[in-house]
This record gives sequence, structure tokens and C-alpha cells, in this order.
Amino acid sequence: MHDRTLTEISQALDAGEISSRELTQDLLGRIDRLDGTLNSFVSVTADQALEAAEAADQARARGEAGRLTGVPLALKDIFCTQGVKTSCGSKMLDNFVAPYDATVVEKLKAAGTVSLGKTNMDEFAMGSSNESSFYGPVKNPWDLDAVPGGSSGGSAAAVAAGLVPAALGTDTGGSIRQPAAFCGITGLKPTYGRVSRYGMIAYASSLDQGGPMARSAEDCAHLLNVIAGHDVRDSTSVARGVPDYTEELSAPLSGLKIGLPKEYFGDGLDAGVNQAIGEAIKVYESLGASVREVSLPHTAYAIPAYYVIAPAEASSNLSRYDGVRFGHRCDNPEDLIDLYKRSRAEGFGEEVKRRILIGTHTLSEGFFDAYYKKAQQVRRLIRQDFLDAFEEVDVLMGPAAPTPAFDLGAQKDPVSMYLQDIYTIAVNLAGIPGISVPAGFAGKRPVGLQILGTHFAETRLLNVAHQFQQATDWHLKRPEMTEENS
Amino acid sequence: MALEHAEVLRAAHLARIDLSENDAAHYHDDLGRILEMVDQLQALDTEGVAPLAHPLDATQRLRADEVTENDQREHFQRCAPQVENGLYLVPRVVE
Repeated sequence: MHDRTLTEISQALDAGEISSRELTQDLLGRIDRLDGTLNSFVSVTADQALEAAEAADQARARGEAGRLTGVPLALKDIFCTQGVKTSCGSKMLDNFVAPYDATVVEKLKAAGTVSLGKTNMDEFAMGSSNESSFYGPVKNPWDLDAVPGGSSGGSAAAVAAGLVPAALGTDTGGSIRQPAAFCGITGLKPTYGRVSRYGMIAYASSLDQGGPMARSAEDCAHLLNVIAGHDVRDSTSVARGVPDYTEELSAPLSGLKIGLPKEYFGDGLDAGVNQAIGEAIKVYESLGASVREVSLPHTAYAIPAYYVIAPAEASSNLSRYDGVRFGHRCDNPEDLIDLYKRSRAEGFGEEVKRRILIGTHTLSEGFFDAYYKKAQQVRRLIRQDFLDAFEEVDVLMGPAAPTPAFDLGAQKDPVSMYLQDIYTIAVNLAGIPGISVPAGFAGKRPVGLQILGTHFAETRLLNVAHQFQQATDWHLKRPEMTEENS
Repeated sequence: MALEHAEVLRAAHLARIDLSENDAAHYHDDLGRILEMVDQLQALDTEGVAPLAHPLDATQRLRADEVTENDQREHFQRCAPQVENGLYLVPRVVE
């Protein structure tokens, strides 16, 4: 059962093949046996999970089950869950038990899903490898020497290893799509504002967006149906109706116009990745799509603009961790300034401090226009590139990352790590949705095909991804996770 | 724009992060390289381009000025390091 999709699990529960309680116990056992090696969970909430599973089974017996009732999943440890430690991968929040539920957590609970726990992540979602977590790195289930990607690395690894059929992640510069690609699963970053950010610990508020990570586009559609929608508690969530994202999954692709941004196939693209993406594009052509080259001329400026905007927003967002109201506090503070300074120096890891310092510097007196204002102007140009491209084509396609998963410890220089996000970061600046789907392998490590659409084109993206998964079986490949090799 | 060592210390102070001289030298190196990468932006002509703060150009919504939350002080103070009589305790600020 552990290698089935969420859609299949839902059908098995409906058919009475297995109860939610049995399934939950089965997966908790798997986590117990395999996660010592992977380190994909920060907290496993077995008692709450079994309780929720019982309630789901009872609801089903009463004939009150919905599509996701009794389905197990996991939550990135960035989503506040009432009564459960919510660490955001940081020592700063190692002692933080959230006093409320994030809106998406509330919605998933109301839909009857069973959370098995909180997944590991780069500290405060700042990273592309999951190596900046206070709880140690996560390993890639396809190759234990490789990173799972980041920042939602725990969620991606847990789904790939069959510990849960699905998990929630968040994506500020690629943090759903890149780990989905590295771990061979399907991950959707929705349009900015599509999913409520209430209770989702903030990194860069104008870029952060939560979304589903699962084994298929169909599974992502079912999850998006539950988590999308307007929330009065998040002023940036969009007041716009939520369609049934599963409705158009089967629509044929004949006449689909695909654009290949030439900037996404340039220097630095791994040959194995390039080949896998080329094969995927051929599959689309065989399904009746037409393909043409397009240009996103400001692509090279996306990473520089991001590393002004995201750290600036982070330096402001993370000022709330002051050692006074919650989170880590240093011992024996001499005075208030000492309390702030030492609590923050001890509580934050190196990458987080680096970004806070960059953000503080670029926002400080005398630098604002040269950095922040300039980056926001460039952000508009980057968004316009996408809007222009979508005048000509329906979707854009390319690799989710320039290489397959790299080795643990291989990226020592922060700037070269940042450059890994070259194909994902502009999408967050523009606010458009993107999905990564498994598209083969480079060696033994998975390759992800990234598909991008214009604002609120999730229905189309899921359709285009689903049709690929009807024609290929890359998303059905599973890593060999035996107890012997763990 | 080259980064001065003193600017690292200034940012650390503004951000309320304790940084030793040694740490500051290490961060100076990293931050310098990040800013060098960021400086590529200066090559682009952005004359007359309006800054983009929100990807959908949304503006802040207003709501009626009504109380919508209950008082949950005790509940929220349960995760505080030190409280007394409903107040957060910090070292004495005024002697």
C-alpha cells in the first residue's frame, strides 16, 4: 500500500480494502524503520495520527467520507500545527509548540486527512539542499550520497521513500519544484495568493507560497482542491473561486502550444538532464502539442533580484524572533540588547544570519534605492517576460534544475548554491504557478520537467502534467528502500 | 559597491545579532561575494520602470474596524520564555 498514489489509497479506503487506522500504523512502522537513515521527519505525531485515523474510519462508517478522508500525509515543519512542535528547521523554534493551526492545516484536518508528522527542511526555508536544517541533512532515497533538494527536502524524500503518499511544501524560490525534481515526485507551486499563508512561517512574504507534493499530478489536484482559496486572515490571498482542479485532467493536449525558453537550455545544463527533458518534449509532440522556442530575456537577472528582495523581506520577517515572546532565549542576559543579540546569534544558523545581514544592509540608509528599489524594478521586467511569452504559448517547459541532485556537502560556497535555482526563482518573482514532474533519470538520480503557466493556470498545468503521466511511467518509479540498506 | 568591514558590524547591530570580530570577517567574505553577484542588476537600464512589490499588483484590503479575535493571552503566553501576571519579562530597561 505504501507505494500507491493518494488517489489509489482513497479508492482502497472506499472499497474497504484497508482502514485508515491500518494504513496509518503501517506507514508509522515504515517511518520508524526507514527514517533513521533518511532523516525526513523532525517530529512524528503517532498518537494524534492514530486518533485522526480512528475518527476518519468512523466518519467513513457513517457514510460521511470525502475524497481525502483517512488519507495519511505529512506537513513541512513550517506550517503551524496546534499543540505540535513547529520548528521551521531552526534551533530558534526548537522549543516552539504552535498555539494555533495554519489555515491549510485546518483545511486538511477538516477534509479528514491524517497527518503523520512534520518534515525536515532548510532552516526557515533558506536553502536548496536541506543541509541548513538544525536537525541535520535529509538524504535522497534514490541515492543516500545525494541531497534531496530544498528547502522542502524532508517532504520530497518522505513521499519518494513511500513514508507518506503526499506532503505539503512551500516554495519561495523553487523549494517545492527543485526537491520534487531531485526526488522523482510531482510538486506544484501555485500562483502567489492561491493558497493562504496564514500560519505558514514567513520567509519572504511576497514570494512564499504553499503547495502539494505527491506521486502524481492527479494527487496534487485533489490536494489543491482542499488547500486553495481565499482567507480573510491572509491579506495577500486572492478572493477568487476555486475550481475543481481534477475536472480538466483528462482534456486532450492536441493544439497545446509549448514554449521552450532558450535561456533555460544554456551553459551549465547537465547533459543527462538536457537529454531527459528533450525526450519529454517529444512525448508532448506525440500527444499533439506544438513546440517553439521563446525568450525570457531577463532570466540572468532573476537570481540577483531575488537575493535582494528575499533577504530584505526575511530580515524584516525574522525580526519577530526576539527571545521575548516565544522561541529561543539566551541564558543570563545582561540587558535587553544583550538578550536580543545573543538569543538571535544562538538561535539562528549561518545561512539565516547571512540572509538577515544582507537584507539589513541593503535596506539600510543610503542603499535602499540602489538595491531594493532596483530589484523591484527588475522584478517587473521579469514578470513582463513571462506575460509576453504567454501571449504566444500556453505553457513553458524546461528543466526544474540544471543538474540532478548533487552530493551531500558538495556545494560549499553560498553563491554557487544560489545559482542552482536558476530555472525556478524567476517564477516566484513573477508570481506564476509551476509544477515539476518526473521525466527520467540522469544516472541513478531523477530529473524533473518543469511546466509553467500564467497566473491562475493551475487547472491547465495539472492537465498537461497528468497527460504526460498517462503516457509515461516515470512517476511510478520507486527507489529501493529496504530495511537492509537503511 | 564594495562592502566595508564596518558595514557588516553595522548590519549585525541593526539586526540585533551578536557577532564577534572573527565572525564578522567570515561574513564579510560571504556577503561581499553575494553583493558582487547582486551588483549585476546595475547593468540593467530600469529608467521609468515602476517597482513591483506584489506579483498581482494587489493593494491592501480594508475591513470594518470590528473586534474579531477573542482574548487568548494566557494561551499565547504559554510558549513565552518568561511571563508573570500576564506580562512578558525582560531584563530591566529603566533603572
